[in-house]
Amino acid sequence: MTTPVADNAPVLETRTLSKRFGALHVTRDVDLSLSRGARHALIGPNGAGKTTLVNLITGVVRPDGGSILLNGRDITGLSREDRVKRGMARTFQINQLFRDLTVLENVALSVAERTGAARRLWRPASVDSAVIDEAVDILLTLDLAGDAQTPIRELPYGRQRLAEIAITLGQRPSVLLLDEPAAGVPSAESHIILDVIAALDDDIAILIIEHDMDIVFRFAKTITVLVSGGVLVEGPPEDIARDEKVRAVYLGEDTDV
Amino acid sequence: MNASDETETARRSAHEAFARSERWRWTEALPWIAAVGAFFVFPDYMALGTQILIAILFALSLDLILGYAGIITLGHAAYFGAGAYATGMLSAHLGWGEPISAMLFGGAVAAAFGFVSGWILLRYHGLTLLMLTLATAILLMETANVLEAWTGGFDGLVGISIWPLLGTFEYDLWGHTYYWYALTVLFLCFLVCRRIVHSPFGRSLVGIKNNTARMHAIGTPVHRRLVTIYTISAGMAGIAGGLFAESNAFVTLDVLSFARSGAVLIMLVVGGVGRLYGAFVGTAVFLILEDELAKLSPEFWEFGIGLLLVLVVLFFRGGLLGAADALTRRLFPGKRP
Repeated sequence: MTTPVADNAPVLETRTLSKRFGALHVTRDVDLSLSRGARHALIGPNGAGKTTLVNLITGVVRPDGGSILLNGRDITGLSREDRVKRGMARTFQINQLFRDLTVLENVALSVAERTGAARRLWRPASVDSAVIDEAVDILLTLDLAGDAQTPIRELPYGRQRLAEIAITLGQRPSVLLLDEPAAGVPSAESHIILDVIAALDDDIAILIIEHDMDIVFRFAKTITVLVSGGVLVEGPPEDIARDEKVRAVYLGEDTDV
Repeated sequence: MNASDETETARRSAHEAFARSERWRWTEALPWIAAVGAFFVFPDYMALGTQILIAILFALSLDLILGYAGIITLGHAAYFGAGAYATGMLSAHLGWGEPISAMLFGGAVAAAFGFVSGWILLRYHGLTLLMLTLATAILLMETANVLEAWTGGFDGLVGISIWPLLGTFEYDLWGHTYYWYALTVLFLCFLVCRRIVHSPFGRSLVGIKNNTARMHAIGTPVHRRLVTIYTISAGMAGIAGGLFAESNAFVTLDVLSFARSGAVLIMLVVGGVGRLYGAFVGTAVFLILEDELAKLSPEFWEFGIGLLLVLVVLFFRGGLLGAADALTRRLFPGKRP
């Protein structure tokens, strides 16, 4: 459900977003802006508050201050579901799949929620041809069609990560938050995930939270470095790679920036 | 094979998969054949048979919320009892004894109560929800106990007088009329359940059971969905309670008891959760075993039920029907159960 916006207008924006857990200030005045088709990465050491920021944006936790705008509308007070309905989708760092259902059924659930078919309790699901067709098309683009009838729990982990993304595509999002999409995938296979992400629709604004710097630098056009809940620096990958402050933060960590 | 052919093939097999899961299988005729056959083979047992059919309907209503939506409850008797009292009081106090409308009235009252209580209860999960469902049933039972003037309190509700079914078929001493009546109601309710679980709504319930967090993330109004199915389930439990009140012409506090909530859960688990027919198998096995064991040893029959539950939970996670599926797969590998 994308509402038309001007090309350079931000699709997703946070303004001085803050959150405290007791004495811990986990998000400090974060300003973030993604325009249509953005390829934006959020990096930072462990405990920098990346996951909290995602939870704030998606509505899992409520901020103590600041606001969140989606397609120009303030969504700070909206529920998780209402944000999704307005075009925000996310994947999870740890797979959140419907493990007893087949890959096809996983994606069809998502499509049926978007189209509103899922409200209907007095007709067989097989009647919704459009829902099934769309689910199949998503599987085809992600090269998952061969596993359509396989229950998720029988799928190798790397394929499950693809299913994570497939479910979000059923939402036709205007903003997509990818929370460590390659987490747990052997590095030999992570290029498959990255290829899929690279091939996603150019119109979707993507925010990727990632530890793997290879992925970040191949994918992102803008990088935001988060430290102790606040934005340390933001800029194109070349600048971030040269930045002294960023180097200092990552010094002593295994990550090669 | 070119791209559009590939799309066509993939779509066709996807449609086929959806259609296959909804298709009637010949094995589904078995419980109905058994129910009709039982009438001719054991005509003297139709009073027990009627109680079994009512218990199946009650277990079936539980399967909708437990087996499909994953709502664990120890208080489902609240809705069975609400239906039983509503139907009974309609006759005892207001003098309306037309069986079908009185039963539907019981269902409507239970559904209304299910909607209100579900709206509150279903904001909670896990152990909290389990305790709250238990508390709801206890509160209702105490309320029924206190409102003696209406419910008869501890002595039970007397003075229920049910008119002939469809104005023609009198209640008979052997329970034949009520057996057919209960079987018809069970069949219609079963058709409703089957329709619901195969709908997109029903599939979304399974999604909630599998992963509630992800359902939130794809925009599902989870609470609303749960309240909807809880209301339907409560209404169906109320219809079962209404049938119970009519077939016994007597209602006691026992219809709201924890024992009844526990027993229906055991019946469903023994038969197999989340497959509709588990309610049939589990309930029949439970009640027939109870009847036989009570004859064998009036004091220790519960021991046999307990042993059955332990064996099923330890060795057949999917209940007796799950075990049957596993056996079919072993005997006919490659064939879908």
